[in-house]
Amino acid sequence: MSSIGTGYDLSVTTFSPDGRVFQIEYAAKAVDNSGTVIGIKCKDGVVMGVEKLIASKMMLPGSNRRIHSVHRHSGMAVAGLAADGRQIVARTKSEATNYESVYGEQIPVKELAERVASYVHLCTLYWWLRPFGCGIILGGYDRDGPQLYMVEPSGVSYRYFGAAIGKGRQAAKTEIEKLKLSELTCRQGVIEVAKIIYGIHDEAKDKEFELEMSWVCDESNRLHQKVPDELLEEAKAAAKAALEEMDAD
Amino acid sequence: MDQSIQNDLNAPHSMGTTIIGVTYNGGVVLGADSRTSTGVYVANRASDKITQLTDNVYLCRSGSAADSQIVSDYVRHFLHQHTIQLGHPATVKVAANLIRLFSYNNKNMLQTGLIIGGWDKYEGGKIYGVPLGGTILEQPFAIGGSGSTYLYGFFDQEWKEGMTKEEAEQLVVKAVSLAIARDGASGGVVRTVIINSEGVTRNYYPGDALPLWHEELEPQNSLLDILSSSSSGPDMMIS
Repeated sequence: MSSIGTGYDLSVTTFSPDGRVFQIEYAAKAVDNSGTVIGIKCKDGVVMGVEKLIASKMMLPGSNRRIHSVHRHSGMAVAGLAADGRQIVARTKSEATNYESVYGEQIPVKELAERVASYVHLCTLYWWLRPFGCGIILGGYDRDGPQLYMVEPSGVSYRYFGAAIGKGRQAAKTEIEKLKLSELTCRQGVIEVAKIIYGIHDEAKDKEFELEMSWVCDESNRLHQKVPDELLEEAKAAAKAALEEMDAD
Repeated sequence: MDQSIQNDLNAPHSMGTTIIGVTYNGGVVLGADSRTSTGVYVANRASDKITQLTDNVYLCRSGSAADSQIVSDYVRHFLHQHTIQLGHPATVKVAANLIRLFSYNNKNMLQTGLIIGGWDKYEGGKIYGVPLGGTILEQPFAIGGSGSTYLYGFFDQEWKEGMTKEEAEQLVVKAVSLAIARDGASGGVVRTVIINSEGVTRNYYPGDALPLWHEELEPQNSLLDILSSSSSGPDMMIS
C-alpha cells in the first residue's frame, strides 16, 4: 500500500480525498524500517524480544537498550525512532507512578495501554507536532493475568496473544502463529522467541545484530526484568542450532 | 443560661457518634449509632451515618457532619469516574486511598474520622480506618467516634478471627449499644450494613429493641403510651 499522497501529505491535520492521513502512514514506515520486535503471551506470562541491529562494531554490547521497564509489573519494547521512544517510555513511567499515588494500587495494564495510546494519538492532532515514529509492544502482568498490547503511531492499541513490528514482522507473525501459546510456559517462550528472531534476521541485507529479551511471569515473581543470563545463553544456543539445522537441509 | 443554649444551638453539627467496621469470613459488617448533636441539642436522632460510595463500598462517618459529607461526595464522584474508566467495580483499597488523600491534603480544614468497608473480588471483605489527620490503616476491625473510647477493651476481648455473618453483626450491635449506654453523644438507633459477594443488606435496630446494660432502667409508665393506647384520651388530669 505505498502511494504518494501528493499535496495531502504535508501536514498531519490534512485528510486526503480518500480519507487517509498520510503523515501517520509515513510515521508507520519509520517503524517498518527498524529491527524486528516481538512479543508473545504465554500461559504464565509475557516474553518480549528485540532484534537490535548494531550500527557500529565499536558499540558496547548491552548498550542502547530497546526494552524498558515502565513499572514493577510491566515493560515496553520500542521499534522505530529511538529518541521518540525515549519520550514515550518516560511518559508511560510517569503515568504509572501517578496512578499509583492517586489510587493506591498498581496501574492495570489495560489502563496503562490506553494512556500510552492516547498520548501517541495526541501527537497526531496538531499541526505543530509530528506523530511519534515508534511502534510499541507493552507487556505486563496484573491482577487479571498476563497481557500484551501493541500501540501503533496512529494511536490505536489492541490486545494480542502475539505481536510483531519492524522489518521482519511478516515472517515473525507467521512463526508466532505456529506456536501453541496457551500451552507454552515463559521458559519455553524465551527459547521460541530467540529462534524466531534468529530465523528472520536477514544476513545479506542487515548487519550484525544483538538479541535483547525480557519477560514478566510467575517465575520472575510478576516483575518485569531482563531474561536471566543463563536462560538467554541457552536460548541463543538453541536458536543458532535451529538455524544450522535449517541451513543443513 | 439562655446565652449558653443559644451558643450551643449555633454550634456546628457534630456527630458524637459510635462507628464500627468488622470483617468476617466472607465480607464486612459496618455499624453506627444515629445521633447528630449540635452542642447538647440532638439535631437528628435518626441519622444515617453509613453512606454509600459505590455498589460494593460503604463509609462510616464521624466528627463534623458537614466535613464528612463533603469528603464522601467528592470521593463518590471520583470513584464513579474511575469505575467507568476501569470497566469494572473499584476495589475497597482504591476507595480508601482516595478518602485518605482528601483527609490528608486538607487536614488543616477537616475534622472527620472515617471507616471504609466493602467487598471486592480480588481481596474479599476489607476494612480501612482513616482517622483525623489522614492516616490509612487496613485493619480486621476498626472503631471510631466519641463512643469508641468505651469499646477498646470490649473488642480486645470479644474480637475473633473468622466469625460468621450472624456473629459479626451481633458483635457490632452489642458494641454500639454498649457505647450508646455510656456515651452521651451517641444514641438513637443502631444501623448496620452487611457487604459480601452476594450484595449489600441494610439492617435497623430501634433504640427500644437494644439490650439494657447494668443498672439501666426499663422504660417506665410513659404518658405517651397512655395517650396512644386509649382512644378517648387520658382518664386523669394532672393539675
